[in-house]
Amino acid sequence: MGGWTGQFLRVNLSKGVCSKEKLDPTIARDFIGGRGLASKILYNETDPKVDPLSPQNKILFATGPLTGTGATAGSRYMTVTKSPLTGAIASSNMGGYFPAEMKFAGYDLIIVEGKSEKPVYLWINNDQVEIRCAEHIWGKTVWEVEDLLKAETDEEAKFASIGPAGEKLVRFACVINDKHRGGRSGVGAVMGSKNLKAIAVRGTKGLKVARKDAFLEVVMAAMAKLKAAPVTGQGLPTYGTPIVVNIINAHGFFPTRNFQEGVFATANKISGETMRETTLIRNKACFGCPIACSRVTEVKEGPFKGVGEGPEYEALWSLGADCGIDNLEAVTKANYLCNELGMDPISVGATLACAMEMYEKGIISESDVGRSLNFGDPEALVEMTEKAGRREGFGNVLAEGALRVAQKYGHPEFFMGVKGQEFPAYDGRGAQGMALNYATSNRGACHVRGYTIAPEVFGIPLKMDPFTTEGKAAIDKAFQDITAIVDSSGLCLFLTFGIGMEEILPMLEAATGAGYNMENLLKAGERIWNLERLFNIREGFTAADDTLPKRILEEPIPAGPAQGKVARLSEMLPEYYRLRGWDEQGVPTNEKLRELGLA
Amino acid sequence: MPKVLSINPEKCTACRSCELACSIRHLGEFNPARSRIKVSIFMEEAIYLPITCTQCDQAWCARICPTFAIVRDPVTMAFTVKDEKCVGCRMCALACPFGVIVVYPDKGKAEKCDHCLSTGGDPECVKFCVPLALEYRDEDVAVKAKQKATAMKLKETYKEVTV
Repeated sequence: MGGWTGQFLRVNLSKGVCSKEKLDPTIARDFIGGRGLASKILYNETDPKVDPLSPQNKILFATGPLTGTGATAGSRYMTVTKSPLTGAIASSNMGGYFPAEMKFAGYDLIIVEGKSEKPVYLWINNDQVEIRCAEHIWGKTVWEVEDLLKAETDEEAKFASIGPAGEKLVRFACVINDKHRGGRSGVGAVMGSKNLKAIAVRGTKGLKVARKDAFLEVVMAAMAKLKAAPVTGQGLPTYGTPIVVNIINAHGFFPTRNFQEGVFATANKISGETMRETTLIRNKACFGCPIACSRVTEVKEGPFKGVGEGPEYEALWSLGADCGIDNLEAVTKANYLCNELGMDPISVGATLACAMEMYEKGIISESDVGRSLNFGDPEALVEMTEKAGRREGFGNVLAEGALRVAQKYGHPEFFMGVKGQEFPAYDGRGAQGMALNYATSNRGACHVRGYTIAPEVFGIPLKMDPFTTEGKAAIDKAFQDITAIVDSSGLCLFLTFGIGMEEILPMLEAATGAGYNMENLLKAGERIWNLERLFNIREGFTAADDTLPKRILEEPIPAGPAQGKVARLSEMLPEYYRLRGWDEQGVPTNEKLRELGLA
Repeated sequence: MPKVLSINPEKCTACRSCELACSIRHLGEFNPARSRIKVSIFMEEAIYLPITCTQCDQAWCARICPTFAIVRDPVTMAFTVKDEKCVGCRMCALACPFGVIVVYPDKGKAEKCDHCLSTGGDPECVKFCVPLALEYRDEDVAVKAKQKATAMKLKETYKEVTV
């Protein structure tokens, strides 16, 4: 067997003990790795109703069998835990260099449990693992931490760390890899609650695949296909994800001013095309990635001066259009702040947008905020981003996320999201498949659990009308299951714009030799999705949580190409449950659980 | 015809696929720490530099080697380490001004980029380099391409000063 290292690391911070354990090959095969494997371990090892920010919660850093193997874009891992934002299962996907370095150090996963009395960081140098004092770096930003720890560990070490936001338990704090890569659902707050500031890793071991020649052959074929495909060969390398700004705006479901509109008149000012002409220095890749979609950028002068990476499409939307802001330099600055302080820019922008709407409607006052909070104010954006990350002033309110802000002021209807997690950058009213995906996603509103925008806008792998509900339940289920496979393998989801299961299956099989075929691999994806569902049911989630805000269900988009559209969830959800083999309450039937080996 | 591994840092995306390619070819496993080509990443300056053996014409490593283990291919002019002759004395590592020939304790033999000649030629890193920052070319072609690129830049400068 290959791909997996076959070993994982368990770190108990309460006891100050690190131990190495062997990976169960059957569980590894059935749940693949990454998101799937870590969800299985979290499900088995934690009690239901555990407080996400208590020592009883665990956080898992989980690579997949393809991470670090030379597979195209095999750069990813997942941080899996119970989310302090949603109370549901959280799995945040990240790339960069850290995940592969974990594999070269000899670990498929790192499980962190308990809570340290004092701030600590973990230093993993191949077989040697130390829990070290982090009092001198507590309070520092992610960027400062990486530079300081590099000096006291190894020049070649890679880092996953939290900033002040994670320390202060901001509910949408993230773990940041390699300075610029974070994820959603508040996994950074869980790390902060354990007083774990960072993980530093250096690995110099080799990683084997089961059938080398077959593996290299399929990797070469995948590489050629990715280069030839328009999105992965041209669009993403040239413009990065920001290429999507103008496209979605032109389709009329680019959510604007907290989803009050679907078209942002000046969207081009925050588009990939404008970025390329102004802030972009060059592009950059994650480990082993032929696409290289990341943007290294700079704001050269003025109040928003800075250097860093991004923003990505989602952040251009959340910190931009959703807050009514078309000042690219301010949006870029706010994005840098999110990376430095360790926060998910989607939730930051979306929470601010929610507060801005309530401010303009007179529900939140100037004295509540300590300043004006109108849509379109770039100074407010930058100031509030910094304050949220440090829980200062009104930032302390924003740090709770949009749902809790809306509830605090007695108007939960202004929360635009699902299961406590704010929507990302597509209005479900304009893309019915995405609406269904948001409602059913196991981590709350999320676009990368079943990215139906691929068929609904880009025509990949086939063109579907975004406004119809027909066939959407089936495509959602298929996309969700395949995404679970991709996320669990250690691959990047963006590959699926250029290659499909015809490449992913042979890559995974040649790497692992675990006996995967199309049938059992697709079953594994479905198994992972159902396991996450079981986790959430155990936490008390029901079919009533598979819903969308009233605005999305009942208030039509006021103007533009998607004018008059609402999300017709009730036309899709029963069929979705049926296709999933769940009962009318959205609970997997015993028959389905037996079929998946989850009974 | 002499060949060169031509490196264009401007095209590099810092994906480090060359390191993966090199290690799987020569060690049979993925291990960037043992790659004979290494991408140095200066994140703040956004500069990514792939560095490997330049195949010096007057190669210090070959000249100092007491067992004559480092030999030059008469066709491509790249230097290969003959494992059967190498005694792992590290004189080559000491002599190399670029730090691109290394003796690892587990194998005890000098390891350097030989354009994959010892394993059948056709450099693996080049095959993995999607952005074409690495190219394996005839030396005169590579030189002409560089001269042309320099001329293009000079032309722009010339236009600026003459307009």
